[in-house]
Amino acid sequence: MNALTADLPLRRTPLFALNRELGGNMVPFAGWEMPVHYRAGILAEHRQCRNAAALFDVSHMGAISLVGADPAKALERLVPGDILGLAEGRVRYTMFTNEQGGIEDDLLVTRDGDRLFLVVNASRRPEDLALLKAGLTGSGTEAVFHPELAQVALQGPAAAPALAALAPETASMPFMSGRAVAIKGIACFVTRSGYTGEDGFEIAMPVDRAEELARLLLAQPGVMPVGLGARDSLRLEAGLCLYGSDLDSTTTPIEAGLAWTIGKRRREEGGFPGAAIIGAQLANGPARRRVGIRPDGKAPARAHTPILAGGRAVGEITSGGFAPSLDAPIAMGYVATDHAAEGTTLDLMVRGTARPAKVAKLPFVAHRYFKG
Amino acid sequence: MTVLRFTGEHEWASFDMGTAMVGISAYAAQKLGDIVFVELPQVGAVFAKGAQAAVVESVKAASEIYAPIGGEVIEVNQAIADKPGLVNESPEGGGWFFKLRVAMPGEMSGLMDKDAYDAYVKSLE
Repeated sequence: MNALTADLPLRRTPLFALNRELGGNMVPFAGWEMPVHYRAGILAEHRQCRNAAALFDVSHMGAISLVGADPAKALERLVPGDILGLAEGRVRYTMFTNEQGGIEDDLLVTRDGDRLFLVVNASRRPEDLALLKAGLTGSGTEAVFHPELAQVALQGPAAAPALAALAPETASMPFMSGRAVAIKGIACFVTRSGYTGEDGFEIAMPVDRAEELARLLLAQPGVMPVGLGARDSLRLEAGLCLYGSDLDSTTTPIEAGLAWTIGKRRREEGGFPGAAIIGAQLANGPARRRVGIRPDGKAPARAHTPILAGGRAVGEITSGGFAPSLDAPIAMGYVATDHAAEGTTLDLMVRGTARPAKVAKLPFVAHRYFKG
Repeated sequence: MTVLRFTGEHEWASFDMGTAMVGISAYAAQKLGDIVFVELPQVGAVFAKGAQAAVVESVKAASEIYAPIGGEVIEVNQAIADKPGLVNESPEGGGWFFKLRVAMPGEMSGLMDKDAYDAYVKSLE
Protein backbone atom coordinates (compact mmCIF):
# COMPACT_ATOMS: atom_id res chain seq x y z
CA MET A 1 0.00 0.00 0.00
CA ASN A 2 2.91 2.34 0.58
CA ALA A 3 5.08 3.01 -2.46
CA LEU A 4 7.96 4.42 -0.41
CA THR A 5 8.50 1.42 1.85
CA ALA A 6 8.24 -0.86 -1.19
CA ASP A 7 11.63 0.51 -2.29
CA LEU A 8 13.38 -0.92 0.76
CA PRO A 9 14.22 -4.56 0.17
CA LEU A 10 12.70 -6.70 2.90
CA ARG A 11 14.43 -9.94 3.73
CA ARG A 12 12.51 -13.17 3.31
CA THR A 13 12.89 -16.22 5.53
CA PRO A 14 13.38 -19.72 4.06
CA LEU A 15 9.71 -20.34 4.93
CA PHE A 16 8.43 -17.41 2.86
CA ALA A 17 6.84 -19.58 0.15
CA LEU A 18 5.24 -21.86 2.74
CA ASN A 19 3.99 -18.85 4.71
CA ARG A 20 2.32 -17.56 1.55
CA GLU A 21 0.84 -20.97 0.77
CA LEU A 22 -0.61 -21.12 4.30
CA GLY A 23 -2.37 -17.79 3.77
CA GLY A 24 0.13 -15.71 5.68
CA ASN A 25 -0.63 -11.98 5.69
CA MET A 26 2.93 -10.81 5.13
CA VAL A 27 4.00 -7.49 6.67
CA PRO A 28 7.32 -5.73 7.27
CA PHE A 29 8.78 -6.56 10.69
CA ALA A 30 12.31 -5.55 11.78
CA GLY A 31 13.40 -5.50 8.13
CA TRP A 32 11.81 -8.86 7.32
CA GLU A 33 8.67 -9.85 5.49
CA MET A 34 6.84 -11.85 8.17
CA PRO A 35 3.33 -13.31 8.63
CA VAL A 36 1.33 -11.17 11.10
CA HIS A 37 -1.37 -13.85 10.88
CA TYR A 38 -2.52 -16.72 8.68
CA ARG A 39 -6.06 -17.55 7.53
CA ALA A 40 -7.41 -18.17 11.05
CA GLY A 41 -6.67 -14.61 12.27
CA ILE A 42 -4.93 -13.39 15.42
CA LEU A 43 -7.61 -14.31 17.98
CA ALA A 44 -8.06 -17.88 16.73
CA GLU A 45 -4.29 -18.29 16.41
CA HIS A 46 -3.76 -17.05 19.97
CA ARG A 47 -6.28 -19.61 21.26
CA GLN A 48 -4.66 -22.30 19.11
CA CYS A 49 -1.42 -21.83 21.04
CA ARG A 50 -3.13 -21.84 24.44
CA ASN A 51 -5.26 -24.91 23.60
CA ALA A 52 -3.23 -27.02 21.16
CA ALA A 53 0.01 -26.20 19.33
CA ALA A 54 1.28 -23.23 17.33
CA LEU A 55 4.11 -23.26 14.80
CA PHE A 56 5.84 -19.87 14.41
CA ASP A 57 8.39 -18.94 11.77
CA VAL A 58 11.09 -17.19 13.81
CA SER A 59 13.83 -17.39 11.19
CA HIS A 60 14.27 -13.63 11.39
CA MET A 61 15.88 -14.07 14.80
CA GLY A 62 19.67 -14.15 14.89
CA ALA A 63 21.56 -17.35 15.68
CA ILE A 64 25.17 -16.95 16.78
CA SER A 65 27.80 -19.37 18.08
CA LEU A 66 30.57 -18.24 20.38
CA VAL A 67 33.61 -20.42 19.84
CA GLY A 68 37.22 -20.33 21.00
CA ALA A 69 39.22 -20.39 24.19
CA ASP A 70 36.62 -19.76 26.91
CA PRO A 71 33.33 -18.51 25.47
CA ALA A 72 31.55 -18.42 28.84
CA LYS A 73 34.22 -16.24 30.41
CA ALA A 74 34.26 -13.99 27.34
CA LEU A 75 30.46 -13.59 27.25
CA GLU A 76 30.36 -12.65 30.95
CA ARG A 77 32.16 -9.42 29.97
CA LEU A 78 29.00 -8.40 28.12
CA VAL A 79 26.07 -9.85 30.11
CA PRO A 80 25.13 -9.95 33.82
CA GLY A 81 23.92 -13.58 33.62
CA ASP A 82 25.89 -16.42 35.20
CA ILE A 83 27.33 -18.06 32.09
CA LEU A 84 30.32 -19.76 33.76
CA GLY A 85 27.81 -21.58 35.95
CA LEU A 86 25.65 -22.63 33.01
CA ALA A 87 25.70 -26.43 32.87
CA GLU A 88 26.11 -28.40 29.66
CA GLY A 89 22.86 -28.51 27.72
CA ARG A 90 21.17 -25.77 29.74
CA VAL A 91 19.64 -22.52 28.48
CA ARG A 92 19.77 -19.14 30.21
CA TYR A 93 17.96 -15.86 29.58
CA THR A 94 20.20 -12.81 29.88
CA MET A 95 20.84 -9.43 28.27
CA PHE A 96 23.62 -7.35 26.78
CA THR A 97 24.02 -4.28 28.99
CA ASN A 98 25.68 -0.93 28.33
CA GLU A 99 27.81 1.27 30.60
CA GLN A 100 24.68 3.01 31.93
CA GLY A 101 23.19 -0.34 32.92
CA GLY A 102 20.72 -0.13 30.01
CA ILE A 103 19.79 -3.15 27.91
CA GLU A 104 21.18 -3.41 24.37
CA ASP A 105 19.32 -6.68 23.64
CA ASP A 106 17.93 -9.70 25.45
CA LEU A 107 18.96 -13.19 24.42
CA LEU A 108 18.96 -16.90 25.15
CA VAL A 109 22.29 -18.63 25.71
CA THR A 110 22.72 -22.42 25.53
CA ARG A 111 25.89 -24.27 26.49
CA ASP A 112 26.41 -26.88 23.79
CA GLY A 113 29.75 -28.59 24.28
CA ASP A 114 32.60 -26.23 23.51
CA ARG A 115 30.39 -23.52 22.09
CA LEU A 116 27.71 -21.18 23.37
CA PHE A 117 24.65 -20.90 21.13
CA LEU A 118 22.96 -17.48 21.24
CA VAL A 119 19.58 -16.41 19.89
CA VAL A 120 19.09 -12.64 19.60
CA ASN A 121 16.37 -10.30 18.35
CA ALA A 122 16.01 -9.67 14.62
CA SER A 123 15.84 -5.92 15.20
CA ARG A 124 19.15 -5.92 17.08
CA ARG A 125 21.29 -8.22 14.97
CA PRO A 126 23.61 -5.50 13.62
CA GLU A 127 24.07 -3.91 17.07
CA ASP A 128 24.65 -7.31 18.68
CA LEU A 129 27.27 -8.32 16.15
CA ALA A 130 29.09 -5.00 16.57
CA LEU A 131 28.89 -5.30 20.35
CA LEU A 132 30.20 -8.87 20.27
CA LYS A 133 32.98 -7.98 17.87
CA ALA A 134 34.18 -5.11 20.08
CA GLY A 135 33.53 -6.90 23.37
CA LEU A 136 35.26 -10.15 22.48
CA THR A 137 38.43 -8.53 21.13
CA GLY A 138 41.45 -10.14 22.74
CA SER A 139 39.37 -12.77 24.54
CA GLY A 140 40.28 -15.63 22.22
CA THR A 141 36.53 -16.13 21.62
CA GLU A 142 34.88 -15.40 18.31
CA ALA A 143 31.23 -14.81 17.38
CA VAL A 144 30.08 -16.80 14.33
CA PHE A 145 26.78 -15.70 12.83
CA HIS A 146 24.60 -18.48 11.33
CA PRO A 147 22.90 -17.33 8.12
CA GLU A 148 22.65 -21.03 7.21
CA LEU A 149 20.13 -21.66 10.00
CA ALA A 150 16.37 -21.17 9.97
CA GLN A 151 14.30 -21.24 13.15
CA VAL A 152 10.78 -22.22 14.16
CA ALA A 153 9.03 -22.23 17.52
CA LEU A 154 6.53 -24.96 18.39
CA GLN A 155 4.48 -23.84 21.38
CA GLY A 156 1.45 -24.99 23.33
CA PRO A 157 0.17 -28.00 25.29
CA ALA A 158 0.19 -30.17 22.14
CA ALA A 159 3.76 -29.17 21.21
CA ALA A 160 5.55 -31.88 23.18
CA PRO A 161 3.48 -34.80 21.84
CA ALA A 162 3.80 -33.40 18.31
CA LEU A 163 7.57 -33.18 18.48
CA ALA A 164 7.90 -36.49 20.34
CA ALA A 165 6.12 -38.22 17.45
CA LEU A 166 9.04 -37.18 15.22
CA ALA A 167 11.85 -37.22 17.79
CA PRO A 168 10.94 -39.22 20.95
CA GLU A 169 14.05 -38.07 22.83
CA THR A 170 12.65 -34.53 23.05
CA ALA A 171 9.79 -35.63 25.36
CA SER A 172 11.96 -35.74 28.48
CA MET A 173 13.96 -32.56 27.81
CA PRO A 174 13.70 -30.24 30.84
CA PHE A 175 12.46 -26.68 30.42
CA MET A 176 15.39 -24.39 29.50
CA SER A 177 17.56 -27.18 28.14
CA GLY A 178 18.93 -27.64 24.63
CA ARG A 179 20.55 -30.34 22.52
CA ALA A 180 21.24 -31.46 18.99
CA VAL A 181 18.41 -33.66 17.71
CA ALA A 182 17.98 -35.37 14.34
CA ILE A 183 14.32 -34.91 13.41
CA LYS A 184 13.50 -37.36 10.59
CA GLY A 185 17.09 -37.05 9.41
CA ILE A 186 17.23 -33.25 9.66
CA ALA A 187 20.05 -32.01 11.90
CA CYS A 188 18.35 -29.64 14.36
CA PHE A 189 19.31 -27.84 17.53
CA VAL A 190 16.33 -27.95 19.87
CA THR A 191 15.77 -25.95 23.04
CA ARG A 192 12.78 -26.39 25.34
CA SER A 193 11.94 -22.73 25.62
CA GLY A 194 9.64 -20.12 24.14
CA TYR A 195 7.95 -16.77 24.19
CA THR A 196 4.32 -17.66 24.86
CA GLY A 197 4.20 -18.86 28.49
CA GLU A 198 3.37 -22.35 27.23
CA ASP A 199 5.50 -25.47 27.12
CA GLY A 200 7.26 -25.76 23.80
CA PHE A 201 10.41 -25.82 21.74
CA GLU A 202 12.54 -23.56 19.62
CA ILE A 203 14.19 -25.41 16.76
CA ALA A 204 17.09 -24.30 14.57
CA MET A 205 17.71 -26.23 11.37
CA PRO A 206 19.54 -25.81 8.05
CA VAL A 207 17.85 -23.31 5.74
CA ASP A 208 17.52 -25.88 2.96
CA ARG A 209 15.57 -28.30 5.21
CA ALA A 210 13.39 -25.68 6.92
CA GLU A 211 10.30 -26.11 4.78
CA GLU A 212 10.51 -29.90 5.03
CA LEU A 213 10.71 -29.70 8.84
CA ALA A 214 7.90 -27.14 9.06
CA ARG A 215 5.65 -29.39 6.94
CA LEU A 216 6.48 -32.39 9.15
CA LEU A 217 5.49 -30.40 12.25
CA LEU A 218 2.34 -28.97 10.63
CA ALA A 219 1.25 -32.53 9.75
CA GLN A 220 1.17 -33.49 13.44
CA PRO A 221 -2.19 -33.48 15.25
CA GLY A 222 -3.11 -30.15 16.78
CA VAL A 223 -0.40 -28.08 15.05
CA MET A 224 -1.35 -24.94 13.12
CA PRO A 225 0.71 -22.03 11.78
CA VAL A 226 0.51 -18.91 13.96
CA GLY A 227 1.78 -15.44 13.10
CA LEU A 228 3.56 -12.62 14.87
CA GLY A 229 0.29 -10.93 15.90
CA ALA A 230 -0.65 -13.76 18.24
CA ARG A 231 3.00 -14.16 19.27
CA ASP A 232 2.78 -10.61 20.63
CA SER A 233 -0.53 -11.10 22.51
CA LEU A 234 0.72 -14.45 23.88
CA ARG A 235 3.97 -12.98 25.22
CA LEU A 236 2.12 -10.00 26.69
CA GLU A 237 -0.29 -12.29 28.57
CA ALA A 238 2.79 -14.18 29.79
CA GLY A 239 4.34 -10.90 31.00
CA LEU A 240 7.40 -11.36 28.77
CA CYS A 241 9.34 -8.33 27.54
CA LEU A 242 9.65 -7.25 23.92
CA TYR A 243 12.93 -5.53 23.08
CA GLY A 244 12.33 -2.08 21.63
CA SER A 245 9.05 -1.76 23.56
CA ASP A 246 9.50 -2.92 27.15
CA LEU A 247 13.29 -2.99 27.09
CA ASP A 248 15.72 -0.58 25.48
CA SER A 249 19.12 0.98 25.98
CA THR A 250 17.70 3.25 28.72
CA THR A 251 15.96 0.56 30.82
CA THR A 252 18.02 -1.49 33.26
CA PRO A 253 17.39 -5.15 34.13
CA ILE A 254 16.42 -4.06 37.64
CA GLU A 255 13.84 -1.51 36.46
CA ALA A 256 12.54 -4.18 34.07
CA GLY A 257 11.98 -6.67 36.88
CA LEU A 258 14.69 -8.96 35.56
CA ALA A 259 16.89 -8.98 38.69
CA TRP A 260 16.21 -12.74 38.89
CA THR A 261 18.47 -13.18 35.83
CA ILE A 262 21.49 -11.90 37.79
CA GLY A 263 22.87 -14.49 40.19
CA LYS A 264 24.70 -13.97 43.47
CA ARG A 265 28.22 -14.33 42.04
CA ARG A 266 27.65 -11.78 39.28
CA ARG A 267 26.12 -9.31 41.76
CA GLU A 268 29.18 -9.63 43.97
CA GLU A 269 31.85 -9.73 41.28
CA GLY A 270 30.36 -7.41 38.67
CA GLY A 271 32.53 -7.35 35.56
CA PHE A 272 29.76 -6.57 33.08
CA PRO A 273 28.84 -3.20 31.52
CA GLY A 274 26.88 -0.99 33.90
CA ALA A 275 27.65 -3.21 36.92
CA ALA A 276 27.99 -0.23 39.28
CA ILE A 277 24.62 1.28 38.35
CA ILE A 278 22.88 -2.09 38.37
CA GLY A 279 24.50 -2.91 41.72
CA ALA A 280 23.27 0.37 43.20
CA GLN A 281 19.73 -0.29 41.93
CA LEU A 282 19.83 -3.79 43.45
CA ALA A 283 20.90 -2.30 46.79
CA ASN A 284 18.61 0.75 46.90
CA GLY A 285 15.79 -0.13 44.54
CA PRO A 286 15.19 1.53 41.15
CA ALA A 287 13.29 4.81 40.75
CA ARG A 288 10.84 3.16 38.35
CA ARG A 289 9.65 -0.38 37.72
CA ARG A 290 7.99 -2.37 34.99
CA VAL A 291 4.51 -3.41 36.11
CA GLY A 292 1.47 -5.19 34.75
CA ILE A 293 -1.59 -2.98 34.24
CA ARG A 294 -5.28 -3.90 33.96
CA PRO A 295 -7.46 -1.11 32.53
CA ASP A 296 -10.85 -1.05 34.30
CA GLY A 297 -12.95 -0.84 31.14
CA LYS A 298 -12.73 -2.52 27.74
CA ALA A 299 -10.57 0.07 25.97
CA PRO A 300 -7.04 -1.18 25.23
CA ALA A 301 -4.19 1.21 26.10
CA ARG A 302 -1.39 0.92 23.57
CA ALA A 303 2.35 1.55 23.84
CA HIS A 304 3.29 5.18 24.69
CA THR A 305 0.00 5.83 26.52
CA PRO A 306 0.85 8.26 29.36
CA ILE A 307 0.25 6.95 32.89
CA LEU A 308 -0.98 9.43 35.51
CA ALA A 309 -1.62 9.25 39.25
CA GLY A 310 -3.50 12.07 40.93
CA GLY A 311 -3.14 14.12 37.76
CA ARG A 312 0.65 13.77 37.72
CA ALA A 313 2.62 11.89 35.05
CA VAL A 314 4.17 8.81 36.67
CA GLY A 315 5.04 6.67 33.67
CA GLU A 316 4.20 5.27 30.27
CA ILE A 317 2.72 2.09 28.77
CA THR A 318 5.34 0.13 26.82
CA SER A 319 3.14 -2.74 25.55
CA GLY A 320 -0.62 -2.85 25.54
CA GLY A 321 -3.44 -4.60 23.82
CA PHE A 322 -6.19 -7.13 24.18
CA ALA A 323 -5.77 -10.39 26.07
CA PRO A 324 -7.84 -13.08 24.33
CA SER A 325 -7.42 -15.45 27.30
CA LEU A 326 -8.94 -12.87 29.66
CA ASP A 327 -11.29 -11.18 27.18
CA ALA A 328 -9.97 -7.88 28.52
CA PRO A 329 -7.32 -5.30 27.80
CA ILE A 330 -3.89 -5.69 29.45
CA ALA A 331 -0.69 -3.68 29.38
CA MET A 332 2.80 -3.38 30.77
CA GLY A 333 4.60 -0.16 31.45
CA TYR A 334 7.04 1.65 33.69
CA VAL A 335 5.82 3.64 36.69
CA ALA A 336 7.57 5.52 39.49
CA THR A 337 8.32 3.00 42.25
CA ASP A 338 5.87 4.52 44.75
CA HIS A 339 3.06 3.68 42.27
CA ALA A 340 4.27 0.17 41.46
CA ALA A 341 2.56 -1.86 44.20
CA GLU A 342 -0.06 -4.34 43.04
CA GLY A 343 -3.55 -2.83 43.22
CA THR A 344 -2.37 0.79 42.93
CA THR A 345 -4.88 2.91 41.02
CA LEU A 346 -3.57 4.70 37.93
CA ASP A 347 -5.07 6.73 35.09
CA LEU A 348 -4.26 5.95 31.47
CA MET A 349 -4.58 8.85 29.02
CA VAL A 350 -6.27 7.19 26.04
CA ARG A 351 -7.18 9.65 23.26
CA GLY A 352 -7.27 12.54 25.70
CA THR A 353 -9.46 10.79 28.27
CA ALA A 354 -8.17 9.59 31.65
CA ARG A 355 -9.26 5.97 32.03
CA PRO A 356 -8.82 4.22 35.37
CA ALA A 357 -6.58 1.16 35.66
CA LYS A 358 -4.81 -0.87 38.33
CA VAL A 359 -1.35 -2.28 38.76
CA ALA A 360 -1.66 -6.04 38.31
CA LYS A 361 0.49 -9.05 39.03
CA LEU A 362 2.60 -10.47 36.19
CA PRO A 363 2.17 -12.76 34.38
CA PHE A 364 -1.47 -12.12 33.46
CA VAL A 365 -1.82 -15.77 32.41
CA ALA A 366 0.08 -18.40 34.40
CA HIS A 367 3.10 -19.99 32.71
CA ARG A 368 2.71 -23.68 31.94
CA TYR A 369 6.32 -24.69 31.41
CA PHE A 370 7.32 -28.37 31.47
CA LYS A 371 8.37 -29.34 34.98
CA GLY A 372 9.31 -32.96 34.18
CA MET B 1 -35.22 3.86 -1.07
CA THR B 2 -31.74 3.71 0.39
CA VAL B 3 -28.58 4.80 -1.38
CA LEU B 4 -25.27 3.18 -0.43
CA ARG B 5 -22.04 5.17 -0.69
CA PHE B 6 -18.40 4.63 0.37
CA THR B 7 -15.47 6.83 1.36
CA GLY B 8 -11.81 6.44 0.46
CA GLU B 9 -11.24 5.79 4.18
CA HIS B 10 -13.44 2.66 3.90
CA GLU B 11 -16.54 3.88 5.69
CA TRP B 12 -19.95 3.23 4.17
CA ALA B 13 -23.07 5.33 4.56
CA SER B 14 -26.56 4.18 3.76
CA PHE B 15 -28.78 7.22 3.06
CA ASP B 16 -32.49 7.07 3.70
CA MET B 17 -34.92 9.98 4.16
CA GLY B 18 -32.36 12.51 5.44
CA THR B 19 -30.51 10.08 7.70
CA ALA B 20 -27.32 8.15 7.10
CA MET B 21 -26.43 4.83 8.75
CA VAL B 22 -22.63 4.57 8.95
CA GLY B 23 -20.26 1.63 9.25
CA ILE B 24 -16.98 0.27 7.91
CA SER B 25 -16.65 -1.74 4.71
CA ALA B 26 -16.11 -5.48 4.59
CA TYR B 27 -12.66 -4.73 3.16
CA ALA B 28 -11.81 -2.53 6.16
CA ALA B 29 -13.10 -5.10 8.65
CA GLN B 30 -11.06 -7.80 6.98
CA LYS B 31 -7.94 -5.62 6.93
CA LEU B 32 -8.32 -4.62 10.59
CA GLY B 33 -8.73 -8.22 11.70
CA ASP B 34 -10.44 -9.27 14.92
CA ILE B 35 -12.10 -6.17 16.40
CA VAL B 36 -12.02 -6.12 20.21
CA PHE B 37 -13.19 -2.63 21.16
CA VAL B 38 -15.40 0.07 19.68
CA GLU B 39 -15.72 3.62 21.00
CA LEU B 40 -18.97 5.14 19.74
CA PRO B 41 -19.92 8.83 19.69
CA GLN B 42 -22.53 10.33 22.01
CA VAL B 43 -26.06 10.74 20.67
CA GLY B 44 -26.40 14.44 19.94
CA ALA B 45 -22.78 14.91 18.90
CA VAL B 46 -22.39 16.92 15.71
CA PHE B 47 -19.67 16.08 13.20
CA ALA B 48 -18.43 17.84 10.10
CA LYS B 49 -17.80 15.68 7.06
CA GLY B 50 -14.46 13.91 7.56
CA ALA B 51 -14.30 14.50 11.34
CA GLN B 52 -13.28 11.66 13.60
CA ALA B 53 -16.48 10.14 14.97
CA ALA B 54 -15.56 6.74 16.42
CA VAL B 55 -12.61 4.45 17.13
CA VAL B 56 -12.21 0.74 16.50
CA GLU B 57 -9.47 -1.33 18.01
CA SER B 58 -8.47 -4.64 16.53
CA VAL B 59 -6.05 -7.02 18.13
CA LYS B 60 -3.41 -5.21 16.05
CA ALA B 61 -4.09 -1.49 16.45
CA ALA B 62 -6.51 1.38 16.94
CA SER B 63 -8.15 2.99 13.88
CA GLU B 64 -10.24 6.12 13.56
CA ILE B 65 -13.66 6.16 11.91
CA TYR B 66 -14.57 9.40 10.15
CA ALA B 67 -18.02 10.84 9.47
CA PRO B 68 -18.69 10.24 5.74
CA ILE B 69 -21.01 13.24 5.80
CA GLY B 70 -21.72 16.06 8.23
CA GLY B 71 -24.60 15.72 10.70
CA GLU B 72 -25.88 15.01 14.19
CA VAL B 73 -25.70 11.56 15.77
CA ILE B 74 -29.26 10.34 16.40
CA GLU B 75 -28.57 6.71 17.30
CA VAL B 76 -25.57 4.45 18.07
CA ASN B 77 -25.32 0.67 17.76
CA GLN B 78 -24.82 -0.42 21.35
CA ALA B 79 -24.64 -4.04 20.15
CA ILE B 80 -21.14 -3.53 18.71
CA ALA B 81 -19.92 -1.85 21.89
CA ASP B 82 -21.08 -4.93 23.81
CA LYS B 83 -19.88 -7.42 21.18
CA PRO B 84 -17.20 -5.82 18.94
CA GLY B 85 -16.82 -9.05 16.94
CA LEU B 86 -20.17 -8.21 15.28
CA VAL B 87 -18.28 -5.71 13.12
CA ASN B 88 -16.21 -8.55 11.66
CA GLU B 89 -19.22 -10.84 11.30
CA SER B 90 -21.46 -8.33 9.56
CA PRO B 91 -19.58 -5.13 8.72
CA GLU B 92 -22.12 -3.84 6.22
CA GLY B 93 -25.17 -5.04 8.20
CA GLY B 94 -25.59 -5.66 11.93
CA GLY B 95 -22.13 -4.22 12.56
CA TRP B 96 -23.16 -0.61 11.75
CA PHE B 97 -21.80 2.14 14.02
CA PHE B 98 -24.15 5.11 14.21
CA LYS B 99 -26.90 7.04 12.43
CA LEU B 100 -26.61 10.69 11.49
CA ARG B 101 -29.23 13.29 10.65
CA VAL B 102 -27.63 14.64 7.49
CA ALA B 103 -26.92 18.37 7.59
CA MET B 104 -26.18 18.98 3.90
CA PRO B 105 -27.24 16.26 1.45
CA GLY B 106 -25.03 17.89 -1.18
CA GLU B 107 -22.00 16.49 0.61
CA MET B 108 -22.97 13.06 -0.77
CA SER B 109 -21.63 14.00 -4.17
CA GLY B 110 -17.98 13.28 -3.31
CA LEU B 111 -18.68 9.70 -2.17
CA MET B 112 -18.23 6.53 -4.23
CA ASP B 113 -20.95 4.14 -5.31
CA LYS B 114 -20.43 0.39 -4.87
CA ASP B 115 -18.82 -0.15 -8.29
CA ALA B 116 -16.42 2.77 -7.87
CA TYR B 117 -15.49 1.61 -4.36
CA ASP B 118 -14.90 -1.98 -5.48
CA ALA B 119 -12.61 -0.68 -8.23
CA TYR B 120 -10.83 1.53 -5.68
CA VAL B 121 -10.28 -1.45 -3.33
CA LYS B 122 -8.96 -3.49 -6.22
CA SER B 123 -6.44 -0.74 -6.98
CA LEU B 124 -5.11 -1.02 -3.42
CA GLU B 125 -4.40 -4.74 -3.59
